[in-house]
Parts: sequence; C-alpha cells; structure tokens
Amino acid sequence: MGTVKFWVASFLAAAAVLGLTRGLIANEYFFFAGYVVLQYIVLATAWNILGGYTGYTNFGVGAFFAVGAYSSVVLHKLTSVPVPVMILVGGLISGILGFGMGYLTLRLKGVFFAIATLALAIVAQTLIVNWDYVGGSRGIYVIRPQQAPLFGSYIQYLYSLMLILVWVSVVIARTIERSRLGLGFNAIRDDEAAAEAGGVPTLRLKLISTSLSGALMGMSGAPLPYYVTYLDPASSFNLSYAVNSVAMPLIGGMSSWPGPVIGAVLLGTIQQLATVTISSALNLLIVGLLLITFVIIAPNGILGLIQARRRARLR
Amino acid sequence: MPPLLEVGGLGKRFGGFVALEGIDLAVDSGERLGLIGPNGSGKSTLVNCLCGALHHDSGNITFDGRAIDSLPAYQRTRLGLARSFQLPKPFRSLNLIDNLRVPLLYTVNARHGARLSDGAISERCMALLDDVGLADKATRLPRDLTQVEMRKLELARAVASAPRLLFADETMAGLSPSEVEEILLVLVRLNEQGLTIVLIEHIMRAVMSFSTRLVVLVAGQKIADGAPQEAIRNPEVERAYLGE
Repeated sequence: MGTVKFWVASFLAAAAVLGLTRGLIANEYFFFAGYVVLQYIVLATAWNILGGYTGYTNFGVGAFFAVGAYSSVVLHKLTSVPVPVMILVGGLISGILGFGMGYLTLRLKGVFFAIATLALAIVAQTLIVNWDYVGGSRGIYVIRPQQAPLFGSYIQYLYSLMLILVWVSVVIARTIERSRLGLGFNAIRDDEAAAEAGGVPTLRLKLISTSLSGALMGMSGAPLPYYVTYLDPASSFNLSYAVNSVAMPLIGGMSSWPGPVIGAVLLGTIQQLATVTISSALNLLIVGLLLITFVIIAPNGILGLIQARRRARLR
Repeated sequence: MPPLLEVGGLGKRFGGFVALEGIDLAVDSGERLGLIGPNGSGKSTLVNCLCGALHHDSGNITFDGRAIDSLPAYQRTRLGLARSFQLPKPFRSLNLIDNLRVPLLYTVNARHGARLSDGAISERCMALLDDVGLADKATRLPRDLTQVEMRKLELARAVASAPRLLFADETMAGLSPSEVEEILLVLVRLNEQGLTIVLIEHIMRAVMSFSTRLVVLVAGQKIADGAPQEAIRNPEVERAYLGE
C-alpha cells in the first residue's frame, strides 16, 4: 500500500472507530478506560521508533510522558489555550528533551544507555518535585473546562484527541519504516560501525530517533492533567509507563508498526479489565507474566510468530 | 599525478601503548597494494584511522587532494573511501538486497550529481549480488549464508558505495584455498574496473599474487615498502616474521 493510501485508509479506520464507539456505547467509563489504551498505543509506538527500529532501549518513558503533562499544567496556569495546542507544546518540549538526552547519552550502548535514560527520569522527577509552581511533591489540581469544545462530554473529547494522536503516531511510524530513514535506523540497530562505514550519519539519525520518540511520548502525556484532574509527580513519572511501553512492543513485535499497536491493545485492555474486575494492583503482575510467556514462546512477539509462519509457507 | 591517498606521520596511541608511529604512506590511483604484518602490528588500527572509525593522534591524511583528518567515518565513505570488516558485520535483520541498499541510499544517493531511482537501486543491488555470486540468495537473511558467502556480502556492501579506494581487511582469513581464489578473482576484477585496492591479509600466497606493491608493518611502524619480492626479502621483515 502506498504511503498516501495508507494515510487515508488509517484515517478512515480511526474515524470509524470513533464513530462506532461513540455511536454504540453510552457508558462514559468506556471512554475513560479507552483513553488509557489509546494513550498506550501512542507510547508504545513512540518507544518502538527508538527501541525497535534503532535498537536503543529507553527506560525513561515516564520522564517524557510527565514532561508533556507538566508542560500542560504550566500552560493551564498561564493561559487558557485549547488542549490540541497543549499537545503540540508538550510534544515540542519533550522532543527537545529527547534531543538533549540523545546528545548526552548516545555514546553509551546497550544496557548503559538504558541505565542513563532511567537516571534521566529520576533527575526530571526531582526537578518537578522541587518546583512549587506546578505543585511540587503535593501535586496539583487541574480544573478542566465544564464544556467540551466540540461535542459530547469532556472525556469523550479527550478520547477523540487521543485517537487522532494514535493515527498520527502510527502514520509516522509506518512512513519511517518505508523510508530511507527507517533503513538507516535498522542499519544502526544491527551494526553501528558497519552503518557508519556504509555512509549512514549515525549520530544525526540517532538524534532524529530520540527527538521523534520523545516528542510523541510528550504529546501522549499532554492531555493527562485534564484527564486525571489531579497530577502529582509520583504517578505521572511512574515506572509502570516505562515497563508497559517496553512490554507492549515486545509482546506485539518490534519490527513493524502493527507490533506496538497489537501489544498495546492486548495488554492495555487486559489491564483495564483486570482493574475493574479483580484489582488495580494486579496490573504489573499481568505484564510480568505475559512478558515471561512471550520471551519464552515468541521472542519476536506476535508479529514475529505471524512472519515466521508466512516465511515457512513460502519455502 | 598526486597520489589518491597520502598519509603523513600518522600516530595512534591507546593509553601507554603505541599502536602506530610515524606512518608515511602513499597510494596511487589504480594500485593493488598489499599490507602485511604480524598479529598486533597495527594493520587494522591503520585501516580504522584512515576510514574514521578511530581518530588518530598525530599526522595527517589526504584523500584525493583533500584533508580528511577531521571528517567522521560516514563522510569519508561518501568521498569514496570504503572498507570491508575483518569479521563480517552484516545487517542481520535485513535481507541481502537491503544490506546493499543502505550504502546505495546513504552514499551513492547522498553524493552530488544524479540520484538513483528506487528501480535503479534495486537493479544495482542485484547486479552487485550477481558479481559476487549471491544473486539467488537476494531475499534471504545473512544468517542463511556460509562463511565465504558472508565475506562476499561484506565485499559487495563495501563496493556498493561506489568507492575509489577499498580497504579489504582480511577478507580471506579462514577460507579454503579455492575460496581464497574466488575472492581474489572478485578483487582483481574490481581493480581492473578502476578501483584502487589495499589488501590486508595474512595468506601470503594471496597477497603475493595480488599485490603490485607491498607495505610491511611491524609493531606500529612501517619497515618496508616496495615491490613484493623485494619487500619480503628485506632482513627486517624476515626477522619480524621468522625471528633472529
């Protein structure tokens, strides 16, 4: 499928999901839970641009996500801009953070890079905890506008915005995959020295990857203050964002864009169901068990299983 | 005509260990240069310094009349300085065509002048694979290749960047005599097409039959440079290889 065709088809798919869910489902809680699943699709897709395509494991997801959220808090206190603008600003700031992180840490490889990103998250959290203007460690209440700007309830509005973000991130991921950029990312993942010897400007590409990945994470975090209406550092920087964003592409498959989407829908939905039916504390246990299962049975994720079957049939 | 590659007083240290010291070297266009030396004599370090994988501490490198000392590796490749790695480093998740597509997109298409279309790139990839006898495995992954095929892929990927000078770093180590012969044929054909080649090799039979000039490195210093037969009769070279 051509790039433009895919843009149109995926847009129509997203519009259909929006139309169907809003037309058929009356229960507000569905949108409340659906928002989280959609948010994880964006986070997992964003993580996969750096982790899956370029081969650098980022454990600092919480930092990018929370920086997006806190940039919205600042905007909320200073002005009264609409949420889409907050999303763009959050994306910009997290993208800059991604660029900075990339510049400082990309000399590190493998597990050392992962540790550095974890450290970044802790540093960023410490800064927010000590910044009174955005509530410090007490957290901050964010009163959302009473009326949703377009239609329906406010939560439906946020749900729709997140759906658009899902579309944007999937389109970006797929376009990268099919482009020269994506081939360069893959070359870096497979062998950095060989990539450089093949003419790939590895530092520049890695910076593009960290910036893009960070920006998308920040965008997914930007509507969070209006979603939760109370934001505090402990929950917005939560390690579970990183764990989930790593686990979802791993379970779905890291080689291509459907992987993170499948992983996020599967894992996100299971977590939401478990939260309602059993207990919210069960979430990370579910992630852990699924991860172990997949690492043993399908190390290349669901996508890897499908590809292996297809390849076997071709032979 | 000035030499294609000119190296003056090149030095490289790793901490207190002097890996290269005062290396002077000139490679003329179209030459077939053999670079030999015992293990640890600095051959690969020299290649790494010249190609930009390592930064040299002293001296200067001129390629095609242009100082390239401060250029990163990828820019040197774009100027026309290619290398194959001693241990093949294929892009493991990409099939053979895509392995070659990387240098074509990032080197050939990044140069000034005509850009190749997608179709032309695919054709060029297949032609390159055909040259080294891997055309029938074009859509396979590197893990399906044998050792000798892996080295051919490594060569093809280096050549894909359309270089003017190729460093072939121990392309034949560990291969059987007939496989060595195969690779040599490929290299000679490339040279006849106008590619300057520096062959770094331990297999003396291959080096002697391939090279028109021989450079010998011992303990980071150049101790001989000249016609192959003369170079290996140099008493210092004999001492380095055979002992006192």
